[in-house]
Amino acid sequence: MSAAVDTAAANAVPTADTRDARAAWVLIAPALMLFVGVLVIPLAMTVMLSFHDWGQYKGIAPVFILKNWHEIATDPYYAEMFWRTFRIALLTTLITAVFGAPEAYILNRMSGRWKSFFLLVILGPLLISVVARTLGWALLFGGNNGLVNKLLMSLGLIGKPLPFMFTETGMVVALAHVMMPFMVLSVWAALQRVDPQIENAALSLGASSLTIIRRIVLPQIMPGVLSGAIIVFSLSASAFATPAIIGGRRLKVAATLAYDEFLNTLNWPLGAAVAVLLLVALVLIVVGSNALIERRYAEVFR
Amino acid sequence: MSFLELDRVGKQFGPQTVVDDFTLAVGKGEFISFLGPSGCGKTTTLQMIAGFLDPSRGSIRLEGHDLTAVQPAKRGLGIVFQSYALFPHMTAAENVSFGLEMRRMPRAERDERVRAALAMVGLTGYEERYPRRMSGGQQQRVALARALVIRPSVLLLDEPLSNLDAKLREEMQIELRQIQRNLGTTTILVTHDQIEAMSLSDRIVVMSQGRIEQIGTPQETYERPASAFVSQFLGKTNDFAATVDRTVAPARLAAGSWSAPAPAGVVGPVTISVRPERIGFGDTGLAAKIVTRIFQGNHWLFQCETECGPAIVIRQNDGTPQPAEGETVRLAWRPEDMSLRGGEASA
Repeated sequence: MSAAVDTAAANAVPTADTRDARAAWVLIAPALMLFVGVLVIPLAMTVMLSFHDWGQYKGIAPVFILKNWHEIATDPYYAEMFWRTFRIALLTTLITAVFGAPEAYILNRMSGRWKSFFLLVILGPLLISVVARTLGWALLFGGNNGLVNKLLMSLGLIGKPLPFMFTETGMVVALAHVMMPFMVLSVWAALQRVDPQIENAALSLGASSLTIIRRIVLPQIMPGVLSGAIIVFSLSASAFATPAIIGGRRLKVAATLAYDEFLNTLNWPLGAAVAVLLLVALVLIVVGSNALIERRYAEVFR
Repeated sequence: MSFLELDRVGKQFGPQTVVDDFTLAVGKGEFISFLGPSGCGKTTTLQMIAGFLDPSRGSIRLEGHDLTAVQPAKRGLGIVFQSYALFPHMTAAENVSFGLEMRRMPRAERDERVRAALAMVGLTGYEERYPRRMSGGQQQRVALARALVIRPSVLLLDEPLSNLDAKLREEMQIELRQIQRNLGTTTILVTHDQIEAMSLSDRIVVMSQGRIEQIGTPQETYERPASAFVSQFLGKTNDFAATVDRTVAPARLAAGSWSAPAPAGVVGPVTISVRPERIGFGDTGLAAKIVTRIFQGNHWLFQCETECGPAIVIRQNDGTPQPAEGETVRLAWRPEDMSLRGGEASA
């Protein structure tokens, strides 16, 4: 095609390109409106809310003030709360990785019928409400009346009930149980991409089973473990039901703190500041670790 | 004594017999192919030699020692898998080096061996590449280098060329044969490709439904197939129903209007099979009509309808005029160019 025709085509309105672009905008408009309406606007309003003033008697005052952020930054009460949140999330992530990765590996090696059965067993908890599952833990370990505590005490194995309710250990255990399916599924997905002959190849070269797992299998499922870790970490750090039931009012995390500020103290701006800080911290952690993982494994898994 | 011996090896998966009564003696340095359609038990047999499966019956011996008692990791066999099974998180050099590391070889010697192995398969300069960034043919070469660098007593190849395109496959066949000849490594190749088996191996083991149909050199299995299966599987062939008539003197073997002196020892209905390239057009012989004529460069392919059913004839394109479609011809061949099956033993 000659240059003259090109220019003529570019000057004609509307060209095929702009028509396509317009059609694309029209097509994504409904989804975009939903996204803006239910996510962007409420989020922006929450951010704005965190800069508003609040008083016991005057309620929310729509002014721009750094009071809430200053309070969070200076009062060690909030620092403690956030450190606890991330400590719990980190421990939960570690536990799910340590138990979930081998679980997925074993699951992947099972034969047909057993595989589907145990996959159902692992996914089963997802079908039950988090509240019901957490209350289950409370029934087993809650104080003197917990089933397991009662049993162990009547057997004389322990003198006083194992502390579970209102402890960080209890929260981590219950959260790890809730989060396990996400880790198992993520690792399992990574295992699906591993060539089934690869372990035989390593075996034929003289590697022991331990070496095969350490040097051949683990490096290949590591991206799965890490992406599972990101999911589990962010879900645990923002979890509400489990910390609310196990930790109660005594052992608050960021999510339960924000909830209390909103619904008990009615200090919405402070609650909004806590929620926004949690969101920003999580986004930074997730995006940061994801970038690290991508860079580390780009060469191998692209 | 042969180098590798399989003695009445059998494999059972539940009620299903996958390999049955497999007996084979492989000489040192020999190149053997297990040839058969998928599901004939050839890969299962290979996996029993490798140690990934235990035989249900029989024994496997390497240099006189029972191999089944040895852990797969200690057998010291080199294996190239159909999927190559390279370690994707390791570079080409690390892949090749892995087997030597497992043998606790000192670093300097290891590096030297890895370099030599990669050079042997023509991959000098690719040491730091990851498998994902290599072509199928290059991955194949890395897999071969990885299997050979440990100086295996036996090299096992499980359909190694089936994922390559036709041209590359041919190149790799030649290269594989050269490398194998130079190193003198005893090699077993599993394949369903008869051309590959014939062009690479010293001897072919033709398998069907878990049983050995024939063991022989490529020429033997092609020229004198032991069963209908072998003649059908190895290249194209024409089977004609024929009869041996001993009531006349001298006794005759006849298929339609083609006839020849009867071979000794058989009588009654038999099947004769003739390779398409051994059939010529003559003045006497089996009456046939040319249905289609296809020009394929160096040869002509004729599909004929004969008195005894359809037949294929291949003629060299030697410049002589060839019969046209629809023409009536006579098909003839020399008695030594056919093989004969069936019939009853004659007195």
